[in-house]
Amino acid sequence: MSRTIDAVVSPTQTNTIPADISGQMLDLDEDDDLEVFSKDLTLADGNMFNASMPTSPGSMVNQCKFEEDEESDSKDIFITVDNPESHVTAIETFITYRVLTKTTRSEFDNSEYEVRRRYQDFLWLKGKLEDAHSTLIVHPLPEKFVVKGMVERFNGDFIETRRKALHKFLNRVADHPILSCSEDFKVFLSAQAWELTTYKKQGPGFLSRMGETVRAVANSVRGVKNRPEEFTAIQEYVEDFSNKIGSLDKVTQRIVKEQKEYLEELKEYGPTYTLWSGSEEELAEQLKGVAGCIERCCKETEEQVGHLSDTLVPVLHEYVLCAETLKAVLRRRDNIQAEFEAKNEALATKKVDRDALKEEIDKLEDRVEWANNALKGDWGRWQRSMRGDLKSAFLSTAEKNVDYYEKCLAVWETFLLSQRTEPSEETDRDNTP
Amino acid sequence: MMADSGPKEVAVIGNTELTSAELDNNIINTMVEIEKGTSLLRKMEISVAEAEKRTGKNTVNMQEIYTVYLIETRPVDALTEGITPDSLWRRYSEFELLRNYLLVTYPFVVVAPLPEKRAEIVWHKLSADNMDPDFVERRRVGLENFLHRVASHPVLCNDNIFYIFLTEDKDWKEMVYETGFQAKADSRLKAVNAAFRVKNPDGRFTELKHYSDELQTVLSQLLRVRARVADRLYGVYKVHGNYGRVFSEWSAIEKEMGDGLQSAGHHMDAYAASVDDILEEEEHYADQLKEYLFYTDALRAVCRKHELTQFELEMVALDLACKKQQKEELVTGTVRTFSLKGMTSKLFGQETAEQREAKLQVLEQQLKEGEEAVKEKNTETDEFVKTAWVDIERFKDQKDRDLKEALISYAVMQISMCKKGIQVWTNAKECFNKM
Repeated sequence: MSRTIDAVVSPTQTNTIPADISGQMLDLDEDDDLEVFSKDLTLADGNMFNASMPTSPGSMVNQCKFEEDEESDSKDIFITVDNPESHVTAIETFITYRVLTKTTRSEFDNSEYEVRRRYQDFLWLKGKLEDAHSTLIVHPLPEKFVVKGMVERFNGDFIETRRKALHKFLNRVADHPILSCSEDFKVFLSAQAWELTTYKKQGPGFLSRMGETVRAVANSVRGVKNRPEEFTAIQEYVEDFSNKIGSLDKVTQRIVKEQKEYLEELKEYGPTYTLWSGSEEELAEQLKGVAGCIERCCKETEEQVGHLSDTLVPVLHEYVLCAETLKAVLRRRDNIQAEFEAKNEALATKKVDRDALKEEIDKLEDRVEWANNALKGDWGRWQRSMRGDLKSAFLSTAEKNVDYYEKCLAVWETFLLSQRTEPSEETDRDNTP
Repeated sequence: MMADSGPKEVAVIGNTELTSAELDNNIINTMVEIEKGTSLLRKMEISVAEAEKRTGKNTVNMQEIYTVYLIETRPVDALTEGITPDSLWRRYSEFELLRNYLLVTYPFVVVAPLPEKRAEIVWHKLSADNMDPDFVERRRVGLENFLHRVASHPVLCNDNIFYIFLTEDKDWKEMVYETGFQAKADSRLKAVNAAFRVKNPDGRFTELKHYSDELQTVLSQLLRVRARVADRLYGVYKVHGNYGRVFSEWSAIEKEMGDGLQSAGHHMDAYAASVDDILEEEEHYADQLKEYLFYTDALRAVCRKHELTQFELEMVALDLACKKQQKEELVTGTVRTFSLKGMTSKLFGQETAEQREAKLQVLEQQLKEGEEAVKEKNTETDEFVKTAWVDIERFKDQKDRDLKEALISYAVMQISMCKKGIQVWTNAKECFNKM
């Protein structure tokens, strides 16, 4: 699933994104009937960056419509992840991947970047994105370890699978109208290794993050009281979806396993016909023919299994992880609401500085609204992506299977044809007296 | 692949040679008034129509359940179309008895094998249970095939015991035993002895023995691997059935994708179900191969018989040579070989002239008898080689034809399987498109 690096495409319309994008307005396509969507970072949970440009909460009420078509037309950032390399230090061995970026976005100083990143760096980026946008749906990263059996971190297949997933992750972020404007994202793509290390050290320290987490946990324990119906519906869907996609993942992996075992037996089957042909005279040709057919079908089977492993299995697995992401997003949204509700209740009961509390509650209320809108918007977007991804994966699988059977059919039909033409039919050719 | 009842030029040639052999050699029972050389199958429709379970007491007076098979026969005649066939019931052990009788009575014939007594080489879905209806059905087909093979054999088809097996219910067993065939059966020990000690077997038979060993090995292996492949294929197809279930459940929570998923799920179910028919057809192919696997025993039996007759010839010839030498010694008075007689005569004095004369006379008689024996054995051996080789050639042609057809039918099966696969996945693809 590697995207070809096209020549940098100049977008038809220029994005009016100022050089300093922190806290900036995100301007999507001018043609589109899109509302300007501002990111007031003080209202985004967990993120300590101060907005340099305060914006009114009112403007945030308007949802941003994320039209898929517009995104692909205005694609202005192309990323590839490739070229895994092993690095050995005194302490550890790890893999880095080359991240190649080509972009026309003006907030980037250059139009091309080439950096090397390791898995940890991707994890960091994901964490930052989730912190900044807790109710946006960030595409999952491949897992740290393959839990089954040994940890084969340096196995070729594992690395390739991971590389593809990392590639997809970055491209999904790049496609996202909000996430792609993240400063962290920009730094990830453009900074040299040492620059990244320095940058990572900024930002909320470990302890303050702990405080955030504790608060979040406290709120979630309290639970949310008046969850809007639509989010309950989404949660129910996510539960079901999670089950179904988990089942599909298991079924598909089982099919791969069975198919591989079938292939193993098939590989032994053909040679027995060849062995037999050694004892026969009249039948030898035919037996060798059958052996040949079986061998060719073996090759096709191998290809088919490979396709399944490369195309369907990773996608299903991704969406298993997505389901978990969705659950987390819903939880975070609930937490935000719970925090608001808690403070709201406190207003009624506790004897505190009512003005200060009221101001805090207003902020929290805005935060809730903002979080809900973000999620609602992203939810539609996610569903479309999901449908697209899964449809395409299943389609591809079905096509490959048709192709597989067509190839095997041709093999056996050719054999049959060779059997039905009798050599003795040549005797009638001589017509001349 | 079934025994063919077409014109048999080979059979005719074979039969003119066989006639004298038949008359001289083996057959005790009377010949049926059927034209010699004509396949019985051309005169008679034979089928094993049904199978049924019976209970009864066995030889040790215990209750047992066994299966009986209905043999139907009807003369092939335009006038008798539509007339109900004659029928009788036989169980597997009676088929075995018939075959053993044929083996002993016609040792130069490669006698068709019976289907398996017990299901041996199976893949997991097929039970190894003798009572399993699928197994019983396949055995029924195998028994019918056996009868067709015998009925279309130029020699065997004329056998009276065979005819009665097909047509007369009562007392058949007694008749078979009355032929005394069991007494004629060569002992295992004799056969083994011969195999090791024969000096000049006909090279063709040695080759044939090697071939039948090779064929047995390779067919056993092939059938085993095929069964494993079938097992695996079954697994692959059946797991797809889970797609059907999950797609259906998933479609319930999806709006846009629901229809596409639902119908795709149905195709996955169809795909999973299709493997049953595919593998059942392949079982038929496996049975065809199995018949030839079992045929190798019959081939080896003919080779053994040759070894035995050759061995007996060599023994008789050796005996004759011995006697000749003895005579020579007696006449010339020289003792070239060590013998107890020689020793005793040295120790206790020479024999009288009368004694020697008497001995010579005995020897002369023995020599004459020996020479007769050798001549007889020679004829026997030659006859056997001739008649056996005719039947072996017949068998080879039959085998090549049958297996060629079997391989073609296997290819046809694979093609059918591929076509089904193309159809299912094309349909599924359409459904996915609608997602």
